Amino acid sequence: MPQVMDADRMSRALTRIAHEILERNRGLDEIALVGIRTRGVPLARRLARSLREINGDDVPTGALDITLYRDDLMRNPVGPQPVVRRTEIPFSIDDRKILLVDDVLYTGRTIRAALDALIDFGRPRAIQLVVMVDRGHRELPIKADFVGKNLPTSLKQSVQVRLQEIDGADEVTIEGEA
Amino acid sequence: MKATVQQATVQHGATRVNEAANGHIEIGTTPRALRSRHLLGIDGLEADEITLILDTAEAMKEIGTRAIKKVPTLRGRTVVNLFFEPSTRTRTSFEIAEKRLSADTLSIATAMSSVTKGESLLDTIRNIEAMSPDMIVMRHSSSGAPHLLARMCQSTIVNAGDGTHEHPTQALLDAFTIRSHKGRLDGLTVAIIGDLMHSRVLRSNILLLRKVGADVRVCGPATLLPAGLDRFGVAVTTSIDEALEGADVVMMLRIQQERMDGHFFPSVREYFSLFGLTRERLKRAKPDVIVMHPGPMNRGVEIDSEVADGPGSVILEQVSNGVAVRMAVLYLLAGRETAAERPERSESE
Repeated sequence: MPQVMDADRMSRALTRIAHEILERNRGLDEIALVGIRTRGVPLARRLARSLREINGDDVPTGALDITLYRDDLMRNPVGPQPVVRRTEIPFSIDDRKILLVDDVLYTGRTIRAALDALIDFGRPRAIQLVVMVDRGHRELPIKADFVGKNLPTSLKQSVQVRLQEIDGADEVTIEGEA
Repeated sequence: MKATVQQATVQHGATRVNEAANGHIEIGTTPRALRSRHLLGIDGLEADEITLILDTAEAMKEIGTRAIKKVPTLRGRTVVNLFFEPSTRTRTSFEIAEKRLSADTLSIATAMSSVTKGESLLDTIRNIEAMSPDMIVMRHSSSGAPHLLARMCQSTIVNAGDGTHEHPTQALLDAFTIRSHKGRLDGLTVAIIGDLMHSRVLRSNILLLRKVGADVRVCGPATLLPAGLDRFGVAVTTSIDEALEGADVVMMLRIQQERMDGHFFPSVREYFSLFGLTRERLKRAKPDVIVMHPGPMNRGVEIDSEVADGPGSVILEQVSNGVAVRMAVLYLLAGRETAAERPERSESE
């Protein structure tokens, strides 16, 4: 399986995104990070670390589980339900700028679910989307604001983001023929 | 009944493969599932299914802390709460759980229904079924009533208490409460004290606690000891002091006078003096003991007010946890099948 990003490139991409976030938002006031479970959560934590190193400010960071908001739930006549995990957003999102973080942007359906879930927590001033990889093939009108890498893919391929915290190593790989 | 369960397991295995093949949204972990599409009792659950329900309830509990306490998961599903016995706590708890998952719910209490006009249980069920609800949550005074229902109808059945048989969601919420305080269930010593004869909560709790590896002691007056309790793998005693000695958890059971058609003990005062939980008696248990009661409590009969409102009491927490646990059960069962998508009765019997 060909590797498209190694640990070094992923780390530089995140640092670049941190700078772009600061540039676009003119500082970190009223900003908060929310990672989408599973791999969005460690990515959000890393971004928080980068932002602190650059700017010295702590950014509140939360974790969002979108399972209960999925549009494909209960679509299979008989099937196991996906595992629901805890959402932890230990701060008010009202009037904050929320940076929503995920690993791969593909159909956009996860992000649609995440937007619905976030709105149930309050009324943020704005929501911006951060992804490590944008692989295209959107099925909904959704666009990322900050992208680690744009990766053209075919529908047959699958993109894997692996993270130290979960998978023991940092890398992005692409599997299947183009 | 057996055949149904087996077939469901086979189908469940097949879907797993499908899901992996066309997985649109990445799931992250291997999906686990309940094996049956009904929850009739703890009896039919394996330890890993119990863990799945408790873990899911952990996530559901957070929803109750939000400003908007609602998720869209069961949108468009109809749940009928059919209560043939009076219940405030359990019915309210199920209703709140259903509403938090966005299901359409209606509750039928028999006092206001055609049961009072002489309709039989089966006819009532068939009529409700004719309106194709997805799930029926049912409480009935006859043991086994939900099992009959599960064989007769297409909806998913959740047992909310049947006679003196089982009350599975109560045992699950009790386990959830214990786990949240003690961090585990296995190896704990749980003393269950009170009216052992008429308690479905006792039966479900014993089954659950034994499956997850807890030690269970039961205690009550000799007249209220059902035969064959020792076959459940529990220690039986008629001395409350013996039962309390070194216990991690004390569960008090209500004296169910409405189910007693005879005299099982001379007087309430005598019962309290021999089996009532007082602060003095509770000193025999571990210092960090938690005190539980499924409710409704008879203060001064099985439990002293001082203990019921005391520091180790988690009785109200049990009630709050009930909503999260029932949400978990409804969510996990809802994935099994919907009334609309189900093939014509081919799989049952």
